Amino acid sequence: MATVSLHSLVKRYGNIPVVHGIDLEVADREFIALVGPSGCGKSTTLRMIAGLEDISGGEIRIGGNLVNDLPPRSRNISMVFQSYALYPHMTVAENMGFSLKIAGKPQTEIAARVAEAAKTLDLEALLHRRPSQLSGGQRQRVAMGRAIVRNPEVFLFDEPLSNLDAKLRTQMRIEIKKLHAKVNSTVIYVTHDQVEAMTLADRIVIMRDGHIEQVGTPEDVFRRPATRFVAGFIGSPPMNLQEATVEDGKLVFAGGATLPLPRQFHDKVEAGRKVVFGLRPDDLYPTGHGIHSGEQAEVHEVEKAVTLTEPLGNETLVFTEFAGHEWISRMLNPKLLKPGEKVKLSFDLSQAHLFDAGTGMSLRA
Amino acid sequence: MDRNAAHRVKRGLFKATHLTLLFLAMAIICLPGLWIVLSSLRPTVEIMAKPPVWIPREISFDAYIAMFSGVGQGGIPVIEYFRNSLIISVTSTVIALAVGMAGGYAFARHRFRFKSSIFLGFMLTRTVPGIALSLPLFFVYAKLGIIDTHFGLILAYVALNVPFTIWLIDGFFRQVPKDLAEAAQIDGCTRWQAFWQVEFPLARPGIASAGIFAFLISWNEFALASQLTRSTSSKTLPVGLLDYTAEFTIDWRGMCALAVVMIIPALTLTFIVQKHLVSGLTSGAVKG
Repeated sequence: MATVSLHSLVKRYGNIPVVHGIDLEVADREFIALVGPSGCGKSTTLRMIAGLEDISGGEIRIGGNLVNDLPPRSRNISMVFQSYALYPHMTVAENMGFSLKIAGKPQTEIAARVAEAAKTLDLEALLHRRPSQLSGGQRQRVAMGRAIVRNPEVFLFDEPLSNLDAKLRTQMRIEIKKLHAKVNSTVIYVTHDQVEAMTLADRIVIMRDGHIEQVGTPEDVFRRPATRFVAGFIGSPPMNLQEATVEDGKLVFAGGATLPLPRQFHDKVEAGRKVVFGLRPDDLYPTGHGIHSGEQAEVHEVEKAVTLTEPLGNETLVFTEFAGHEWISRMLNPKLLKPGEKVKLSFDLSQAHLFDAGTGMSLRA
Repeated sequence: MDRNAAHRVKRGLFKATHLTLLFLAMAIICLPGLWIVLSSLRPTVEIMAKPPVWIPREISFDAYIAMFSGVGQGGIPVIEYFRNSLIISVTSTVIALAVGMAGGYAFARHRFRFKSSIFLGFMLTRTVPGIALSLPLFFVYAKLGIIDTHFGLILAYVALNVPFTIWLIDGFFRQVPKDLAEAAQIDGCTRWQAFWQVEFPLARPGIASAGIFAFLISWNEFALASQLTRSTSSKTLPVGLLDYTAEFTIDWRGMCALAVVMIIPALTLTFIVQKHLVSGLTSGAVKG
């Protein structure tokens, strides 16, 4: 097992930089998820760690050793590909034992280790099949089996669940979590699905345009987003974000609507400052239908007409217009609402976020 | 008659037509081959007969016996020609495949400057008819002193086949997902091992078909061989056919018999390699 550290890691394609000098320390046995929108450099970063992509600058250390110029085979890593990348001309057992065969291990050891991994992943009945005779979920498990047979120091996952249907994805997510608990190794997991990142990872790295926006626990990035981008990226439905100007104890939105300046920001922002106000749908709820955040709750009520509802069974997302912008609120214990119906919305301002309108940085600190 | 029965009859008719047309097409394709075999077994009178005699009245293997009876008894040095053909075809095919694999892999996997222009250039060389090249090639070879050598013909055939093998093998390597080679490298392979353990087996059908084509082109080539060979030490079988022409006569039966001798190895090779031409081997490699 091993730590992974990235120092000022840079990747350029020709003159076009795609990863701009990122720094990251991954602790031994930690499960780290790299998330971000398409093209943010997360897969490139993973491929650089794997050695499949040359690095243009900086350094990568695995277990303290500099591996910048080592080929993938010398880095003691395993990788699960988005496409699974199973060898179609080999059986499941041959696929899983391939790395050991290349390493020149004796046949008996290969068979034993493949059998052990197959048992862990419930693949015993499939060992003599070819990849083309397997379902998507089974292929995924074989790909993981191939990775664990090597007993590597670091596991790399490149969007491993994105080709599965929603139900299977949930199931495999649980299996990956169990697998990590069992093999207890360092994992770097790339995904664009924030639910995967939130549920699996010890810490989440949110990337955008080749930069790291924030590194933190799922709780951190959800409760204390460092930037406006993180606030909008993490959480589903996304945080309500609206530009406003601070004016003596008030937030004035375009069109003249106002909200009181949340108490926790009173001494942090001066009048006249342009900010972005953010509030999660969970903290904006039809009065009487949400859960109050506790005694410190600072609730401001506004009456608005419903424009649209999305009933989800255990909750309903309620869309209303406020300050020229559509706001999403979450109604727990839902009751039936019709478009046009007036509801009293509670803004829990103690949970509100403010970001600088220019830099997008959180003003909470 | 109800509509179901009508449809059944229609389907039956359609199938009958389909089979008849297929039979006709196959007959047209196979007839010349059959005619050669028949002509090698029947007397010259029958070969020249008009209207043609379809069913031979007598069959004899005289032409084959004569062919192998040695010079002076109506024979030709067929063993030598066969040996020359085999050496030249096999060697040039092996070289063309080796170059084709390296080149095809490079075109499929790597990015480099002028890639598409180089590729197009290769293809353009194939637009020049071989016969047009024979005279310039003859002069160059004469200067180099490699006329009437195995080496000379092998060189010409490699040049002829390489663009084709590169093009064909490139297409097959493109079908092998890049992820597989990367997965193999993560699994501990060097680039070289990843190629031989994973990419090569998956591209094998393409390499096999490129091999067959290259072999057949070299085996059957006449225009260049007739210019660049002189003696029994380098003449190939197609050139050997000319031994049956004299100043005023052509021994059609002997020529057909030699043609049959030429066809047999090519046919055998195609049958052997055919089983490697299983397509769809890469299915199941990636995604679902």
